[in-house]
Amino acid sequence: MSAERGAKKVRNRFLTVLAIISFAVFLQQAPNLLDGYKIRIMNMIAINAILGLSLNLIYGMAGMFSLGHAGFMAVGAYVSALLILTPAQKTAMWILDPIAPWLLGVHAPFLISILAAGLAAAFFGWLISMPVLRLGGDYLGIATLGFSEILRILITNLTPITNGPLGLKGIPAHTNLRVSYGILLVTLFCTVRLMKSNFGNVIKAVRDDETAARTMGINTFQTRVLAFTIGCFGAGVGGALMGNIITTIDPRMFTINQTYNTLMIVVIGGLGSITGSVVGSVLVTVMLEWLRFVENPIMIGSTQLFLSGKPGMRMVIFSLLLIGVIIFRREGVMGMKEFSWDRLFSFFSRQRGDAA
Amino acid sequence: MSGPALSLRGLVLRFGGLLAVNDLTMEVPRGGIVGLIGPNGAGKTSVFNVVTGFYKPASGYVEFSPQEGPARKITGLPPHEICRAGLARTFQNIRLFGNATAVENVMAGAYVREKSRWWMNILPLFPSAMREEREIRESAAAMLERLGLEKYMDAAASSLPYGAQRRLEIARALSTKPSFLLLDEPAAGMNPQESAELLTFIRNLRDEFSLSILLIEHDMKVVMGVCEHIWVLDQGSLIANGKPDEIKKDPRVIEAYLGKEAANA
Repeated sequence: MSAERGAKKVRNRFLTVLAIISFAVFLQQAPNLLDGYKIRIMNMIAINAILGLSLNLIYGMAGMFSLGHAGFMAVGAYVSALLILTPAQKTAMWILDPIAPWLLGVHAPFLISILAAGLAAAFFGWLISMPVLRLGGDYLGIATLGFSEILRILITNLTPITNGPLGLKGIPAHTNLRVSYGILLVTLFCTVRLMKSNFGNVIKAVRDDETAARTMGINTFQTRVLAFTIGCFGAGVGGALMGNIITTIDPRMFTINQTYNTLMIVVIGGLGSITGSVVGSVLVTVMLEWLRFVENPIMIGSTQLFLSGKPGMRMVIFSLLLIGVIIFRREGVMGMKEFSWDRLFSFFSRQRGDAA
Repeated sequence: MSGPALSLRGLVLRFGGLLAVNDLTMEVPRGGIVGLIGPNGAGKTSVFNVVTGFYKPASGYVEFSPQEGPARKITGLPPHEICRAGLARTFQNIRLFGNATAVENVMAGAYVREKSRWWMNILPLFPSAMREEREIRESAAAMLERLGLEKYMDAAASSLPYGAQRRLEIARALSTKPSFLLLDEPAAGMNPQESAELLTFIRNLRDEFSLSILLIEHDMKVVMGVCEHIWVLDQGSLIANGKPDEIKKDPRVIEAYLGKEAANA
């Protein structure tokens, strides 16, 4: 029994390493196989997965309904961009107000800027969590939404630091497949390790029954603050990566819509499932791009298909799909479960058994 | 050691105009199994909630003396500090971490005694933290086995049969390494055979984990069978206390439970 389990463990680990290596080889070859548009989508999948994982930690694992993700992404994107831009670029860009002198000379390499972006977002997350995490449920959602809007309006108006509504342009496109998937891998690894440790049990305990958790000696407030702060770190990293791929950021990028996108990924993938967030990211990112075809006129013979070619149509269809998911599979694609090789094999053997 | 494990002194608890607990003074000796009984709404669970730190009493205090060290006032401490001091409890309406497995429930209970910090287990760099995680998992498994729950090890807690959920809640409470256990209606929803087994189960727990136990119970067979001393509450006030035999005959207790006529009969 235990020998069999040990053998399975070795097999599973081998398969995981094999999958990662073959995916890495694929990424290495991707620039030759795919066009720029597809590579952009591949990058967005990784970034959205990082964002999804971080929101999943807050909402799915720790049970805190947060609508503030866009705000923390904005903090990350701006911190990273301000660190990467050269003094020459900065002086040229600030035309409404001169740039704050201390900011002009601040400079850091790309990876350091990503780390700083995460830390800055985590700091803001920690700051807001102190008063706000005393709330629960919908109230927490409203409070975080409000805070996210405050951050966005601050960014719009703190012209000497953020260049205000004009945003920042000419950020070098540092984010490539290697970087985005590398950081996704690190994020995945840390999330899995965290949730597998006893502290992961504690986070889930706080979500399932806060009263019981407190009785079991768990400082639930501290636990929630910690989970929220770690989640905000991920939001900052995701925002920074996004800024470095789009190369232009402005406050309008980080409205509530950005939060909804991430929320959709988490809900479709499955609240509380790590692999679910990755699956959700693939589905949502690909669907949002793929559905663009309905915004072009679709001709059937010589007549245009009803309602096709209207801008915004893909969001209508996407929303309908989302409603479908909520009605027919409320727990999302993965539910609270995780992908595992054992599950995959037993699924296939069942299929074969049915066929026989 | 001398002195009671837990003593309540002049405890008063108000909810607005309602006097839930009225000047309650009682104690539980070390190593004792003590019952707290009374009709519905007498304030028994409120007493538990004061002891475990969920309610702040209007006046009076609770004093707890742990296995080692001097007695200390625990009134005013937050619930997780009280658990750390060595008090654990179960709930009347079972409160497990429903989405987690049985073993995860017990492990979460052991977190209060865990020395390694949360970030130590992200990278496998801290041998002491890794060892501690492994020990926690092993002792959680042993605890489940001890309470006869080994076959539910990896099952979601909410999917367990009712009796197993009750025992899992006790397993989780024990994994916080308490010296005092508060059981809120442990026999609720059990059939006569199960509650008969509960008697020996509670006694064995006390001996094996050197606990003092205070329990709320409505099942008189259980109360009379297991408790060495009984305190009776009615409408927030103490109306009697004594050995089970004395309580059984006490006219005030009979009146509180069955009404005046029964007491006079």
